Amino acid sequence: MAETAVQFELVSPEQLLLSEDVEMVVVPGGEGDFGVLPGHSPMISTVRPGVIHVFASGSVSSRIFVAGGFAEVTGSRCTVLAEEALVVDDIDRAQVETDLQNAVEDLGGASDPTEQKAAEDRASTARAKLAAIDAPVYQ
Amino acid sequence: MPSLKDLRVRITSVKSTQRITSAMKMVAAAKLRRAQEQAEASRPYAERMERMLGSVAASVSDVSSAPPLLAGTGKDDVHLLVIMTTDRGLCGGFNTNIGRWARQQIRSLVSDGKQVKLLIVGRKGFGMLRSEFGSMIIDTIEDTAKPTPKFDTAAAIASRVTTMFDDGEFDVCTIVYNRFESALSQIVTPLQLIPFSQDAAGDDKKEDDAATGDGPNVAYDYEPEENAILAELLPRNLSVQVFRAMLESFASEQGARMAAMDNATRNAGDLIDQLTINYNRTRQAFITKELIEIISGAEAL
Repeated sequence: MAETAVQFELVSPEQLLLSEDVEMVVVPGGEGDFGVLPGHSPMISTVRPGVIHVFASGSVSSRIFVAGGFAEVTGSRCTVLAEEALVVDDIDRAQVETDLQNAVEDLGGASDPTEQKAAEDRASTARAKLAAIDAPVYQ
Repeated sequence: MPSLKDLRVRITSVKSTQRITSAMKMVAAAKLRRAQEQAEASRPYAERMERMLGSVAASVSDVSSAPPLLAGTGKDDVHLLVIMTTDRGLCGGFNTNIGRWARQQIRSLVSDGKQVKLLIVGRKGFGMLRSEFGSMIIDTIEDTAKPTPKFDTAAAIASRVTTMFDDGEFDVCTIVYNRFESALSQIVTPLQLIPFSQDAAGDDKKEDDAATGDGPNVAYDYEPEENAILAELLPRNLSVQVFRAMLESFASEQGARMAAMDNATRNAGDLIDQLTINYNRTRQAFITKELIEIISGAEAL
């Protein structure tokens, strides 16, 4: 193995959030979680709302929640284009619960399909956030 | 010959104008810094998105089965132009430049027998194009940058464009905005949004590929398969490009306003100097005249 690190980049529309060399990242792909180690075969995947685990020296160094997006993997790089990204420990539980409640209420009152879909998306993002807070940490 | 009082009034009025323009310049300068940072911070996302889309698009073997956002409708009869202008004036040639480009483009499209539709962002663009092309304007979107451009606004514009496209209301969509080059120069930049054109994304991509060492021909695995990814990536890319245009345009606006107000402040200063000289000259002439009158009056006795 020539390389021992993956260059991991996390980008949101507003800014480049993270760019660092890491040992491994686990990304919540559209069709299941996948881990990226150096030398991974190139691929492009969708990302579902969930938690990205960043590994350094054998354990999880940070957990970042993303609300969907896209991931591009090459042998040496892993780029995640996230729609919204938050460090899991920074998520405010009460806030998310209110968001969820509002979204569910909006869903009940939504009249046209676009509104309904927007509310559904918000609700599923909020649920994924809650799941992220409660999820056990990989070791 | 203006009287002394007239001159005094004019000097005061120019001075207060100067105070306003210099305050506006300061405000624009402060906003410019933030807008520039924001525009620069958003570039990585847009660039990577283009790169990713470029590689997916390149790998789609059968273009006809690709989503229409990529492949187009196969015609180019109806053009939609999205024109990014400002809500407020006093920013030099900013809107005029965009307007000039738009007018030329519309005329050449019309003379080629195409139908043109306009979606205008910003109050100023509407005012500018209303008289000549009022019937082509579909809608005007205002207050997109209050206080700064938001991604949600861009997404709303993009989804509107997508809906129109799905309804078959146009075949080709081009967005035109002022690209931020430096505080003093803005470049009118047209970018074709639909169908997605590789050339538009080409420039940034080449540099990036050279830097990272992986060419556009890396064989990617797709999860899910290409067309499903494209179906998600294309509308997303649209919002990102609109957002980017909004940010660039906003930064350019601040730059243009700063330059225009700097000029205005300087001109006001020159005018004040000129008026003050006039004022002093008139005052002296007046005093001299009075003296002559007194002296000649005394001599006559």
